[in-house]
Amino acid sequence: MKDMMPHFDLVQPADLESALDLLREHGGDAWALAGGYDSFDWFKNRGKQPSVVVDLEGLDELRGVREAGDGIEIGAMTSLTDIENDRLVRDRYGLLAEAVSVVASPQIRNAGTLGGNICQDTRCWYYRYGMPCYRAGGNICYAGTPEGMNREHALFGADRCVAVTPSDSAPALVALDAEMVVRNTRGERVIPAGEFFMGPGVDITRMTVLDPDDLLTAVRIPARWAGARFHFEKVADRKTWDFPLVNVAAAFRVADGRVEDSRIVLGAVECVPRRLTDVEDLIRGRVPNETTAAEAGELATQGAKPLNYNHFKIPLVRNLVARAVRSA
Amino acid sequence: MAELVGRDFAPPDVISKVTGRARYAEDFRADGMLFCRLITSPMPHAQVRVIDASEALAMEGVVAILTADEVPEIEAPGNPILTNTPHFVGEPIAALAAVDETTAQDAIAKVKLDLQPLPFVVDPLESLRPGGPNARTEGNTSQRGEGIREVKWTEEDFAAASGGELPMGEVTTEWSYGDVEAGFRDAALVLDETFVTAGTSHHSMEPRTAMAYWQNGKCHVFGSSQSQSATLNGLARYIGIPPEDLVFVGEYCGGGFGSKGSAYPIMSVPAHMSRKTGRPVMMRISRAEEYAIGSARAGFQGRIRMGFRRDGRISAIDLFIVQENGPNSGFGDFNSAAGAVTIVYTPLAMRFRGIPVLTNTPARGAQRGPGQNQIACAVEPLLDKAAAQLGIDQLNIRGINAPDSNSLYGGGQVPVTSAHLGEALAQGAERFGWEERRARSGRRQGSRVTGVGIGQAYHGAGQSGRDGLLRIAPDGRLHIHTGVGNLGTYSYAATSRVAAEMLGYEWENVELVRGDTSRNLAASSAQVGSNTTFTMTRAGWAAGVDAVEKLKAIAAMELGGAPDDYEIGDEVTFARANPSRRISHARAAARAIELGGRYSGAEVPDDIDDITRRSVQNLAGSGLIGVARDNLPRNDVVPALAAGFIEIELDLETGMYEIIDYLGVADCGTVVHPMGLAAQVRGGAVMGFGMACLERHVYDTRYGVAGNIGFHQAKPPSYLDVPSRMDWDATDITDPQNPVGAKGVGEPLMGCSGAALLCAISDALGGHYFNRIPVVPDMIVNAVARQAPSHRPLQVNTQ
Repeated sequence: MKDMMPHFDLVQPADLESALDLLREHGGDAWALAGGYDSFDWFKNRGKQPSVVVDLEGLDELRGVREAGDGIEIGAMTSLTDIENDRLVRDRYGLLAEAVSVVASPQIRNAGTLGGNICQDTRCWYYRYGMPCYRAGGNICYAGTPEGMNREHALFGADRCVAVTPSDSAPALVALDAEMVVRNTRGERVIPAGEFFMGPGVDITRMTVLDPDDLLTAVRIPARWAGARFHFEKVADRKTWDFPLVNVAAAFRVADGRVEDSRIVLGAVECVPRRLTDVEDLIRGRVPNETTAAEAGELATQGAKPLNYNHFKIPLVRNLVARAVRSA
Repeated sequence: MAELVGRDFAPPDVISKVTGRARYAEDFRADGMLFCRLITSPMPHAQVRVIDASEALAMEGVVAILTADEVPEIEAPGNPILTNTPHFVGEPIAALAAVDETTAQDAIAKVKLDLQPLPFVVDPLESLRPGGPNARTEGNTSQRGEGIREVKWTEEDFAAASGGELPMGEVTTEWSYGDVEAGFRDAALVLDETFVTAGTSHHSMEPRTAMAYWQNGKCHVFGSSQSQSATLNGLARYIGIPPEDLVFVGEYCGGGFGSKGSAYPIMSVPAHMSRKTGRPVMMRISRAEEYAIGSARAGFQGRIRMGFRRDGRISAIDLFIVQENGPNSGFGDFNSAAGAVTIVYTPLAMRFRGIPVLTNTPARGAQRGPGQNQIACAVEPLLDKAAAQLGIDQLNIRGINAPDSNSLYGGGQVPVTSAHLGEALAQGAERFGWEERRARSGRRQGSRVTGVGIGQAYHGAGQSGRDGLLRIAPDGRLHIHTGVGNLGTYSYAATSRVAAEMLGYEWENVELVRGDTSRNLAASSAQVGSNTTFTMTRAGWAAGVDAVEKLKAIAAMELGGAPDDYEIGDEVTFARANPSRRISHARAAARAIELGGRYSGAEVPDDIDDITRRSVQNLAGSGLIGVARDNLPRNDVVPALAAGFIEIELDLETGMYEIIDYLGVADCGTVVHPMGLAAQVRGGAVMGFGMACLERHVYDTRYGVAGNIGFHQAKPPSYLDVPSRMDWDATDITDPQNPVGAKGVGEPLMGCSGAALLCAISDALGGHYFNRIPVVPDMIVNAVARQAPSHRPLQVNTQ
């Protein structure tokens, strides 16, 4: 750990177009800076040494929650605290309000942004330490070795890299069928949250579909799950300032005591938020009682491949999914 | 006269701390100051072959590099200042100074460090195996005062232990008292348990930053230390100068917990760099660096056999500890652990065997209750296990074994000054409503289950023979020159109030002179080992007695009669027979200056420390000087004891829990400063919860690197992990070997809370004992799921 930032050029554009121009101009040498809680760690350890840092702080157009279409749109630079306290979010999408309320610590949520929380890099300690692993461009996964200390790592979808998504908001957004609004100088594209995140099998060196000149500008949440029954739970070592060992975000439409439809998404068990479509299918049309919950929990663990130190995540996933279903 | 001892007060530096005006080492600046950064080892064990800094030194703004060859060599296995043979990842090899830190770090990237990797080990048992690697080329164990040597156990030693039991081979320490085998023969129940305790970091909030410059032949160091005058001599040695040529400024200390007990080698680096460059040098230490060089508690792989009579009384204990020691001298935690067992459980007979084993992990040092608190966390849950098997209440099994003032301490079974753990247990049980809460044990609400627990811990809490120094100025104000550090307990102020009270002072008229050795401080005890309250109330009392005697003598000279005719009133000395015959302390001070000699400090007692002597010589003629060495008798061990009571609700499905209530009870003699004690009970509890159930010390065994080099990875407790209100109480029974009846208590307040929490978790799990700390959620989830834990038995550095 160097713990000392290198020099870089700090650019503070006043509007989105300028920011996109800068990202385009500098490409891979540029770094988009939001709240800074992921960025500064990298800079201080000199693990990432961009020559240009594009500070998004001045882009007011990327801030705030507004009604859009049949749902809402949240600017990517909106702070997690502001989302937690937003009336629209609380009234319609309590799942997201709850998810962002357990991110890190109050101080970090005051500065941390939704875009940053979604786009943050994995917290695999070997990778963060600066070990030259696959994800860092090397040719080994340290966490996946027989001696690797991998209590926090993946149960599912490992492909050379065993790192997991650390975000609390991402599973909630996937469960809400959110869409990511991505801009670059060539235009805008809208990507379903479930397709936004990228596993190591596709590209082991990044966590999302964003290219270097792309900027996540907003997140849209459609009406589909507004006011549904929600369940969010995060298990971590500490009750604040900690990443999830496992988290679960779920949305349910229940009629006549039966689950009409649902979304159940796990975080911190795979490199991407893990939507449990099999479980959703299983419980569709069923009464969310103990039996259903137990079956759902069991099904959620199917295919899990534990590492040396993370087999506790199997009963934990089973329990958390069962609790989610029980809550429907 | 004002009663000061036993009353709350606002310590003088509270406002500056709250407002941010307080200046810690990092806040000092000097003209032309350079910044230096450390070049640390990327390998867990290596030999430096070449350090080529030519390219770095050619860079603009880079001033100098300082290597191990240019600083005093510390005899192995002491912690070096800089080293050519790093023994853990992050150990400082060299330092580089530049005009700013970014330049320094840029330059460090250009330094070519050629290291020869050497074999390394992070698990003591691996090192003890036949042919196992040694953490140092010289061997794998050392005892204080002895050299380093190699100890290997035999294949037979390892084969003799089965099913996860700790093997027990050759040791370096062994003692026993009583008839141990008879104790086990007579026992109704014998437990034989293997345990592991993690050696977690100190996490001092303020990293060990230091700044230094040389001026008029003296070296000025601004550093972070728990102690003040006790830091001076050691730091002077590290710098290589006589103590009188060193000025040590340490007004505040942002946490030490034992890791900044007095001087430590790395603190001298800016002084050496400043001497080399001729400019002031600031060395800021980063959080990640602090995790490497900021010390850690020793870890234990242990085994304990305990024999219980049917009534719960412990008839015999056989304790065996392998200590994960880090690569250097470390600290005698394992010995202290055994000592704690003798006094907390007063076994009728006991044997102890132990060996510290060197590992290529950060150098270990004393951490709050070093040894005593690990063993509390290991043994207290086993008391509950025994109690359950014997059908005894958790409270009663502790009560029947608790020490009183006739109990004896250690392998040598020496007397103690006072011990009232039984009273603390009874008082705590009453206040906590133990019976009622115990009835709630096992209560289920959905997946949440209630657990209750009691924990106990010990630490030696007092020394003697230090100096007290005070000065009554001619304006009447009392200046107490205290060399006690400011580690955060405010005991520098609380202990100073003894002399102020003896001299009849209002607290507003007392000035505490401290924080800078050039301000003529007394030689005080190091602020370690829970000793300050006991030790420095005695020293303060001695200085108070000296001043009282001088005041009475001056009164007799001025007003007639004999000194014994006089008494001390409110900042005056008056004749007992006629209180209107009086002389103010201000007038007496002026008279003392005229009288000279011992009154003014022109003459100095023979038996005081050189530090105090120099201070008195500097102060001579400026008032009435009260100065004395504490020569009060102290012939026994001073025990600080504590009991903690806890109720939790544990979620069986997540492994997470809420602490519903906590009560800590201190056996610390007379309470000197209630608010300070309350802070110690609560702060100790938080730290204990962290040690027992949160903090992580993870090492990759293949690369020897640490997985916890930030607060968010090492996980000390946060506000939300502990109750916002925690209750406290004290036995408040005077100790006979202290003039105000006080003992220290800071350390066991941590062990008792951690142990209580572990007991409550096991209680909530219906008697599942982990025999390992920390107990973290994954272990609880596995236990509830009846899965094996992730770690192998006896494996270390996994949680």
